Amino acid sequence: MHIDPLERRWIVLTLVLMLAITGVLVGYAIGANVHPPSNVETVDSTQLHLTPEFAEDKLGVTKNPDGTLTVTMVAGRYGFYPQHIEVPVATSVTFRIASADVLHGVHVPLTNLSTMIVPGYVSEVTTSFEKTGEYPVLCNEYCGLGHDHMWSRLTVKANQ
Amino acid sequence: MNTDKASALALANFWVAFTAFLAAALLGLYQVAERSGLFPHLESPALYFAAVSTHGVLMGFVLTTFVVMGFGYYTATTSLNQLLWNRSLAWLSFWLALVGVLLAAYALLTGQASVLYTFYPPLRAHPVFYIGAVLLVVGSWIWCLEMIMMMITWKRAHPGQPVPLVMFGNVANAVMWLWASAGVAAEVLFQLIPWSLGLIDTVDVGLARTLFSWTLHAIVYFWLFPAYIALYTLLPKAAGGRLFSDQMGRVSFIMLMVVSVPIGFHHLYMDPFQESGFKLMHMFGTFMVAVPSLLTGFTIIASLEISGRLQGGTGLFGWIGALPWREPLVTAAGLGLLLLAGGGFGGIINASYAMNTLVHNTAWVPGHFHLIFGGTVALLYFGIAYHLWPKLTGRGLRSPRLVLAQLWLWAIGMIVTAAPWHWLGLLGQPRRISSTPYDTPLVAAWQPFETLMVVGAVLLSLSAIMLFYNLVTSQAGGEPTDATIAYAEPVHAVLSLPRPLNSFALWNWILLFWMIAAYGYPIAQFFLLDTYGAFPWNV
Repeated sequence: MHIDPLERRWIVLTLVLMLAITGVLVGYAIGANVHPPSNVETVDSTQLHLTPEFAEDKLGVTKNPDGTLTVTMVAGRYGFYPQHIEVPVATSVTFRIASADVLHGVHVPLTNLSTMIVPGYVSEVTTSFEKTGEYPVLCNEYCGLGHDHMWSRLTVKANQ
Repeated sequence: MNTDKASALALANFWVAFTAFLAAALLGLYQVAERSGLFPHLESPALYFAAVSTHGVLMGFVLTTFVVMGFGYYTATTSLNQLLWNRSLAWLSFWLALVGVLLAAYALLTGQASVLYTFYPPLRAHPVFYIGAVLLVVGSWIWCLEMIMMMITWKRAHPGQPVPLVMFGNVANAVMWLWASAGVAAEVLFQLIPWSLGLIDTVDVGLARTLFSWTLHAIVYFWLFPAYIALYTLLPKAAGGRLFSDQMGRVSFIMLMVVSVPIGFHHLYMDPFQESGFKLMHMFGTFMVAVPSLLTGFTIIASLEISGRLQGGTGLFGWIGALPWREPLVTAAGLGLLLLAGGGFGGIINASYAMNTLVHNTAWVPGHFHLIFGGTVALLYFGIAYHLWPKLTGRGLRSPRLVLAQLWLWAIGMIVTAAPWHWLGLLGQPRRISSTPYDTPLVAAWQPFETLMVVGAVLLSLSAIMLFYNLVTSQAGGEPTDATIAYAEPVHAVLSLPRPLNSFALWNWILLFWMIAAYGYPIAQFFLLDTYGAFPWNV
């Protein structure tokens, strides 16, 4: 098959570019553990209120022995519960969220807190917030006619 | 040669496509205006989400499928100099698809299918919506069969000869679509229809999304194929030159056919039910599928350069001005390639694994696909329409200046609409919202971009009306003209080809093994793990 020399150079350049980008991504994934949320864990979304983890009195912020925090939340039409979460700045926080009904997406704009919330599965995201302030917690996956109104609040406060 | 009947069939398909397009474009204007917050009396979530669902189905499933089918039927008969393999079946594909659209439209327009064009469960639509979607897809499968059988018939009559490139492209698309549509077909037939009819109680949402992801990326190449085929086989001729390389065209078509299917997980990067290892595998494949587009860019620009220089262009860039921009297909392709640069760049960002976190489900995503699909692909569909209408109807374009104005207006309108859309996404605005009732300063930051988008949508709506007007007036009152189509010739004549560049057997095997690797365990896991299904929810 005849390939023009200039085209041959372009093909090589293209392949090198694609391999370089994927190489960087794989490097960060394996080397620095940078991944999008990929926790595979099932839960019965119709029985959340009966589970030890997602029962209503268990939701919210808990401090772990190693100083990190775990925030347990339920997403359901139309809010994220508890509707106001407070965490300290520059502390590792693990969010564990389950849906009580349909698909949702949770996103705190301009932070790394973003994940799909899929009925039947537990979503888990670990991140830390570097700036204090008031943040909106928005639903970004269509979940019904009230989707626009599905949001809650996150406060990141200074360390005592 | 009996292309008259294929002309009627192609025209029928194209008219459905562009009628759907016009309706959808006007709905788009309503949506942008409603969401902008500038017209409070327009605001209505029920109306908005019914409109978005209808708009998405018409643009993403109807415009596209009917353009693919019309383009395929016409170019198959004319490039192979052969009758349709089975004329009744070909017309059946049209009618089945059309009936499917009407059924789905009934559900959409009565607000019973406001589940958006991705119809993710456990939001449930009226069963008629899913059944309509099935009929549309089955119609397209019959088209696939026609394309494959026409190529097989031609090869038997011309043993050892290279299949004309335009047909090779059509069949690559057909084979790819058969592979790709299997995912959504399984989801709709085995999960959504029984579930919406009450025959089964629950569906596993993770499995449904995984099956849909199988189709979701490859479908954009199903849409893209006619545009790329036109770039290789019609544009060089329209520009007055030759195709730089026929073989690289085949390589690009083959790569698109194979690599576009096993990469759906870049749509599931942010989902919990799939492991990182598989997401990384799909990420790698996603970057590989950028290669045929980059190859196409080179080959097409090289072909245009040949055309430009043949018409007197000199110097490093002088050939650009020498191109026959008055040819609608040349202007459509030039503008389309420009927008492809922006859309492709955005796509690379979306594909970049963890970086997707910053843009996932934000307004960046519709900004991206409006630029690349609403921009590049739509412009090339218009270019194809303007190029083929005289061949199909025997009448020339009524107003060439209005044609060029329509194309430019569309490109400018799309840039004015899509650029702010991307920025809104970077500022965190969610997608698929009909209003912004959040208590945050971000809402004020979003407002100027929303307003700009309304301007863009007005330009696009005007352009959509102009397109329809141009096609109607040309068909009704254009000057009689020569209806013979001429396909581009390559610089180096293709006398013979190695088997892998002239048939699909090898590539089907490769795709089979790649699909098993990419989707085997990820689907099997739903049957091995203890999963919990979801009951139906209304919107």
